Amino acid sequence: MKVSLGRLKLKNPVMTASGTFGYGKEYSEFFDINKLGAIVIKGISVNPMPGNPTPRICETPSGMINAIGLQNPGLKGFLKDQVPFLKQLKTKVIVNVLGNSADDYIRLAEAVEEAGMNAVELNVSCPNVKKGGIVFGTDPKAFEDLITAVRKKVKLPLITKLSPNVAKISEFAKIAEDCGSDIISLINTLTGMSIDINTRKPRIANIIGGLSGPAIKPVAVRMVWECRKAVKIPIIGMGGIIAAEDAVEFMLAGADAIAVGTGNFLNPLTTLQVLEGIKLHMKSQGINSVSEITGGLIC
Amino acid sequence: MRSLKYVLNKIIKAKIQDNRKIIDRHYLLTLEPSTAITTPKPGQFYMLSVNNGLDPLLKRPLSVHNFLDGKLQFLYRVVGKGTDLLSSRVTGESIDILGPLGNGFTVSKTKQIILLAGGLGIAPIYYLAASIAGRKPVLIYGAGTKETLIYRDQIKNLGIETVIATDDGSYGKKGNVVTVLKKYLKDTSLPYTDHIIYTCGSEAMLKPLAEFASEHGIKIHAAMEQNMACGVGTCMGCVVKTRKGLKRVCKEGPVFNLNEIEWE
Ligand SMILES: Cc1cc2nc3c(=O)[nH]c(=O)nc-3n(C[C@H](O)[C@H](O)[C@H](O)COP(=O)(O)OP(=O)(O)OC[C@H]3O[C@@H](n4cnc5c(N)ncnc54)[C@H](O)[C@@H]3O)c2cc1C
Ligand SMILES: Cc1cc2nc3c(=O)[nH]c(=O)nc-3n(C[C@H](O)[C@H](O)[C@H](O)COP(=O)(O)O)c2cc1C
Ligand code: FES
Repeated sequence: MKVSLGRLKLKNPVMTASGTFGYGKEYSEFFDINKLGAIVIKGISVNPMPGNPTPRICETPSGMINAIGLQNPGLKGFLKDQVPFLKQLKTKVIVNVLGNSADDYIRLAEAVEEAGMNAVELNVSCPNVKKGGIVFGTDPKAFEDLITAVRKKVKLPLITKLSPNVAKISEFAKIAEDCGSDIISLINTLTGMSIDINTRKPRIANIIGGLSGPAIKPVAVRMVWECRKAVKIPIIGMGGIIAAEDAVEFMLAGADAIAVGTGNFLNPLTTLQVLEGIKLHMKSQGINSVSEITGGLIC
Repeated sequence: MRSLKYVLNKIIKAKIQDNRKIIDRHYLLTLEPSTAITTPKPGQFYMLSVNNGLDPLLKRPLSVHNFLDGKLQFLYRVVGKGTDLLSSRVTGESIDILGPLGNGFTVSKTKQIILLAGGLGIAPIYYLAASIAGRKPVLIYGAGTKETLIYRDQIKNLGIETVIATDDGSYGKKGNVVTVLKKYLKDTSLPYTDHIIYTCGSEAMLKPLAEFASEHGIKIHAAMEQNMACGVGTCMGCVVKTRKGLKRVCKEGPVFNLNEIEWE
């Protein structure tokens, strides 16, 4: 089941999506999280962030909208309270980081590197916070400058997480590759909105939020396919994966590894079930290596 | 890392033994877990999959209403798609549940306990009352009218002092539970500060109650609610503001010291 995402080697292609797996501790009460290919930690900023007012989440058909507002304990809190637990894990730990300037990202990435984590994921695409990302993730020039600046300073494998809230995602994939990003991950949530028709109020306090879950899967699969055609670097696919069939679909479209996000909320064991399901699929189809699935779409 | 046994105790398949309507839109669900489970604490909750499809997608949180002979009971009101679907599930069907989750009520060893439940707030308070009947708590339970009272005479089977009230006076004392509480405290011989209140209800009820309690130096703990996605502390969707920072209802709660809540 091994996969190589460039320099980042995973024991299997199943990962968790940032913001849906906390810092790993909660789900380790349910299963041995070392069985996963990698875990991706909730986004960290330089300073603590309080997040948005509540309600922060609401459900929509086959999906959910969230505007958590990137609540996190900041770099210091993360290093002190979470890193000791993460360091003793026997799976790869990837830290998702976000900032308001290239300097923020560099500082975070350097700290992540020093803390002995395995890779850093740049969250340039979170749609929830006015300053914290939307600019980088949807403006080609700001995006290019950011990745170039971080790449210069950081040796760790660099993952750039793409925002789907752009006209042509493959354009951003290409920029990420050209600027030295080792891997791209996609998709982050799609900007969405939901209204309570009785009260006439938005159903989350932030009015708009990020849509995730099975509802976004076809959009995500399409985007992975478009990016696969545009770049050679490895792709981590995500968006609505709740079962092995979903994961295989992403791989056929071109994903080298996949991440489960909202699926964790449905059942804490979703990642394990996806992993087991991929194994079964490979066995029944006589597939020996995950790389035989990746990009295997026939059309 | 905790033992496997502990883990398996949380993700459970359960069989619907009964799912009956009690009053308009209110149902009592009895589940028989497929494996023996430990006794949940009053105030703890479970996340229930209301069906197997993708819509509704997320599990729904419900408080433990009772635990009898290894069977779990939930009392719920139909308010939307999820609870509507749940009400259509029938005896013999199987349902996935996750729990018990969160922290339950911590029961004071010294103070006179008052249990306060307005409307559906009786869901967790009933279980608490049943568990601490020996501590001689006083239960104040109310609803809008006689028809919307979920329990009438049968609540007296708990064998504790009970005051029932309706807003319109159609059953029991007239008034809402907060006015009944105020009158009770005024009439009793014990000082206000010798009491502790355990409650559950909407923010509209809890906020004035918290103000009243802090004015009189009364301790008050409440089971609170927020929209939830994960139920286990990872999504950060369910926070409430407290004097000690943001806390997750599903993890640090759902029971909070109301004197510490910072209302928005
Ligand atoms: C810890 C806890 C314990 C609870 N205990 C009980 C109980 O014992 N009995 C009972 O009847 N209800 C209880 N609730 C509320 C119950 O979870 C909601 O009424 C239910 O989730 C609504 O689902 P729905 O699909 O029917 O409604 P929806 O159509 O989804 O929404 C209707 C209303 O329910 C609220 N709601 C929606 N989704 C959630 C969610 N995931 N979590 C919380 N609220 C939500 C919405 O804000 C909305 O006001 C509890 C909630 C929490 C957080
Ligand atoms: C509650 C919640 C919090 C999230 N927080 C983050 C975050 O901090 N950083 C980030 O890059 N993505 C975040 N995401 C996006 C997910 O990592 C993922 O890209 C997206 O939800 C799509 O996958 P899914 O449909 O499997 O959930 C969050 C998603 C959810 C639902
Ligand atoms: S419901 Fe996800 S953190 Fe509480």
